Amino acid sequence: MKNMTLAQTRRRSTRIAASVFLAPVLIIMVIYIIYPIFATFDISLYKWNGISAKKVFIGLDNWKDLIADKNFWYAFKNNIIIMILSILIQIPLGVALATFLDAFGRKVNAFKVIWFLPLLMSSVAIGFLFSYALATSGGIITTISQWLGGGKVDLLGRAPHALYTVIGVIAWQYTPFYMVYFIAGYSNIGTEIYEATIIDGATRGQYFRYVALPLLKPVIKTACILSLIGSLKYFDLIYVMTGGGPGTATELMATYMYKMSFQHFKMGYGSTAAAAMFILVTSIALIIQSIIKERNEDYV
Amino acid sequence: MFSGKSEKKSRPKFKISWIFAFFLAIIWVVVTGLPFIYMVMNSFKGQFEMLQKGVFQLPDSWYPENYIEVLSKGFLRYFMNSVILLVVSLALLLFITACASYPLSRMQFKTRNFIFGLIIACMSIPIHVTLIPVFKMTTSLNMYDKLWGLIGPNVAFSIPISCYILTTFMATIPKEVEESAEIDGCGKFRNFFYVILPLSKAGISTLAIYNGVSIWNEFIFANTLTQSKAAKTLPLAISAFQGEHSMNIPVIMAVLVLTVLPMIILFIILQDKLVKGLMAGAVKG
Repeated sequence: MKNMTLAQTRRRSTRIAASVFLAPVLIIMVIYIIYPIFATFDISLYKWNGISAKKVFIGLDNWKDLIADKNFWYAFKNNIIIMILSILIQIPLGVALATFLDAFGRKVNAFKVIWFLPLLMSSVAIGFLFSYALATSGGIITTISQWLGGGKVDLLGRAPHALYTVIGVIAWQYTPFYMVYFIAGYSNIGTEIYEATIIDGATRGQYFRYVALPLLKPVIKTACILSLIGSLKYFDLIYVMTGGGPGTATELMATYMYKMSFQHFKMGYGSTAAAAMFILVTSIALIIQSIIKERNEDYV
Repeated sequence: MFSGKSEKKSRPKFKISWIFAFFLAIIWVVVTGLPFIYMVMNSFKGQFEMLQKGVFQLPDSWYPENYIEVLSKGFLRYFMNSVILLVVSLALLLFITACASYPLSRMQFKTRNFIFGLIIACMSIPIHVTLIPVFKMTTSLNMYDKLWGLIGPNVAFSIPISCYILTTFMATIPKEVEESAEIDGCGKFRNFFYVILPLSKAGISTLAIYNGVSIWNEFIFANTLTQSKAAKTLPLAISAFQGEHSMNIPVIMAVLVLTVLPMIILFIILQDKLVKGLMAGAVKG
């Protein structure tokens, strides 16, 4: 202690203060996030029903089963379809709505408030609401179809439609999010640029195509990444609305993992699915980040 | 509302393309609004009234008997559980996040970048990868089916994004503020409580809204770690009522309206702030 310089004592006190301040967060994260990740990989090596004390070590058998498990890969494929269609539907729609609001300003505020509403509802509530709204009896679509002289429309009950119906509901839920996101993007462009463009004789369409869109590009890219990662983790809405069904039509990695673990009580195998989901989500996230970083360096 | 720059631009001339745009805009208003109208209108109907008279028929009376039924059958229990969970988790989360963001944004030490990187890396982790061990831990610590067993997971999964947002926020506070306090004899701890914390109020309130909404809506852990009415939170109320009234759709609609209502009230009070808070999670991909 005696031989320490002033700088050393300062550094030491900084170190102590930093560890005290960081301790609670790090402890909670280790207990609830970091340790469980390792534990999941560990449990994936066992055959275990989650209740009994009997855990049988079976090595990589669960992993072999998972790699051969058509249902898991079908769920992964559903995740990918949702991911692609979410980007293709929500982001252009979000841009369109924000562009409309940007063009008309305060006069269309009522539109903005109504368009925003789905963001106030939780995924669970949306899932329940649409499970009734899309039902064959007492549903919205069926009622409209019957008004128009058609029959009952069973959107959630049959395999090929169910997934696309779910994608539609997800679009209903998340489009407002991207809309607000792009409204913020538009407000960063600033009035002067628009005025300068119009003075130069550009039409509104040309302004959008050649000025606004390029300036919104970084915002759109970030929105794509958000949508992408989110799509791989979807759970609440689909779990509530279809439970992955009919059959496996709308099964996702997350719902599959959940069913295996907490309905069929195959915790070992469920852990394997969870660990695989972790690996897939993390690698896709890393690949996308590296692609974007390569493309242009100034974008973080 | 919304941080937009409205009314700055000249009025678009009414060309065919704008009429078309307006038409599409109205279609989207219908698509967005119809489920809400469906939900509210049917929540006032009787069980058979809804299916017999058509779902878009106005209810016979606006007497809120379904709401009374729902409120008297334990809805308040779920509601209170959610409120308690929210208050405790949020207080704990905001305090420890502020503590952690302080050294991460304003101190120099060797492991700083590593720790910050670790916290950021946790942002894109799917909750499901932790679910089974957390379930196991909760049961073995005798916290299964207890409301306070949900505090830990809720706080832990809100930490990464919150730390990221608050650290970037605190980094914008000028260095001089802290230095002058230090000259006046403030240590790191007093500095934090008397200088940095008050100056971070805006960032913390954004975090409170964002995390408040996500904790209020949290479903996976609540569904996995609780079982009885005494511990269930609001997101689970809907399925609980569905279990009891599976054929009575109007009652379920009333439950749905009641779960959305707090958010709508919050939106009316806070407007811009709520929008900003909801978007806070989008700061980084």
